[in-house]
Amino acid sequence: MPQEELRVAKIKNGTVIDHIPAGKALQVIRILGIKGTEGHIATILMNVPSLKLGKKDLVKIEDMTVGSGQAQLIALIAPDASLNIVSDYEVKKKYRPNPPDVVEGLVRCPNMMCISNKRDEPIVPKLKVESKNPVVLRCAYCRAILPADEIATNLVE
Amino acid sequence: MMSDNKDIVDVTDLSRKELEHLFELADQIENHTVNTSHSLDGKIMALAFFEPSTRTRLSFESAMNRLGGRTMTLLETAMTSATKGENFADTVRMLDFYSDIIVIRHSVEGASRFAADVCTSPVINAGEGMMYHPTQTMIDLYEVMRSFGRIDGLNYAVVGDLRHARVASSLLRGLSMFHPGAIELVSPEQLRATDETKHSLDSAKVKFEEGTSLEGVVEKADVIYLTRVQKERFGDPLEYERVRGSYIFGEDSVRKMKKESVILHALPRVDELPPAVDKYPQARYFEQAKRGVFVRMALLKMILG
Repeated sequence: MPQEELRVAKIKNGTVIDHIPAGKALQVIRILGIKGTEGHIATILMNVPSLKLGKKDLVKIEDMTVGSGQAQLIALIAPDASLNIVSDYEVKKKYRPNPPDVVEGLVRCPNMMCISNKRDEPIVPKLKVESKNPVVLRCAYCRAILPADEIATNLVE
Repeated sequence: MMSDNKDIVDVTDLSRKELEHLFELADQIENHTVNTSHSLDGKIMALAFFEPSTRTRLSFESAMNRLGGRTMTLLETAMTSATKGENFADTVRMLDFYSDIIVIRHSVEGASRFAADVCTSPVINAGEGMMYHPTQTMIDLYEVMRSFGRIDGLNYAVVGDLRHARVASSLLRGLSMFHPGAIELVSPEQLRATDETKHSLDSAKVKFEEGTSLEGVVEKADVIYLTRVQKERFGDPLEYERVRGSYIFGEDSVRKMKKESVILHALPRVDELPPAVDKYPQARYFEQAKRGVFVRMALLKMILG
């Protein structure tokens, strides 16, 4: 089997996330909450040649769909990413998620002194997307800034 | 004269136009050209201070009393249900039931914004964390207006603990709403303004320089804004000892100033501003503190009046 074919072997059911900027696949994996113990077959391709991006990453997860919140976060760290929903070896739906204006309940404020990080308070973390290019999030409470590259390490557990 | 959003969490919650209106009203109150003694009859202001304060709390109380309103004060946490484990949200919710406006000081960042979300009454931030002190900035800018008749085009030197002093970061965000001339940020390396503060200036295209020396700065500045090294924000007492007294603005420094320039300080002062300076005409910090009442009266009237 040619090497190229090995890399892009089709999956039967699941999700393929394509056009991830090179080097960001592991952030996407984190956003998807994949720790490796869930039993899904996951394929991560990094730094593969791309006509559109020069180099790109690609993630394939079998038997898993991506939630709308996860798709929004992927749009923030990988604005060109496309999500392909695969069923019985065929792409049934392909879309590029839109980056949100507000991220609520998905990402923590990076400022540990912020009220939204106080466990005793009935508060949902809320970050406003202040800029989409480059992506910059700002806490709605303390106004601390969260750069796009830190989204994956500040996910709400 | 105010937009629908009556919460004051940051100085930028007022527009430049609203700030200018606030200064006009404060000026009228100060000069007794408007009678406000019954402006807020029947209104109650709750003050919830989870951190120590002298001037801010008392001047808010004075302002409300002078407007005909009444105040009730919750001090720190020693005598409240917070010591029984009650969360902040429930505490401010009760204040919302009992009053018409809530003034909050807290060490936790974002507390005022959260309180504003929880409460239906307007919330005023009376100092929070290391970034926000909007009413102090209004007072500082009003003092500049009183001294020069304008805020635009003046040279500012902001000196001291620019990393921890919320009055400094708040002032710089306030200045970013105007068109200042030069801004010099003078501090020890480890107490430099945060990236967040500098980002606000950059976003507003306000130019600033950073340095560690007052040399050449004092002579040029129209407004010298001194800040105390914030002992309570240092985790390591030795670190505090290393930087306290980095800048002592004594009589030698005052003599280098332009005659018409001013020294401002939000007080309290420690080593950075010796009492010997008080006698010089450039020393305006006591007038600044006195005017705190007029500015807070004007703000309360704008919100509730």
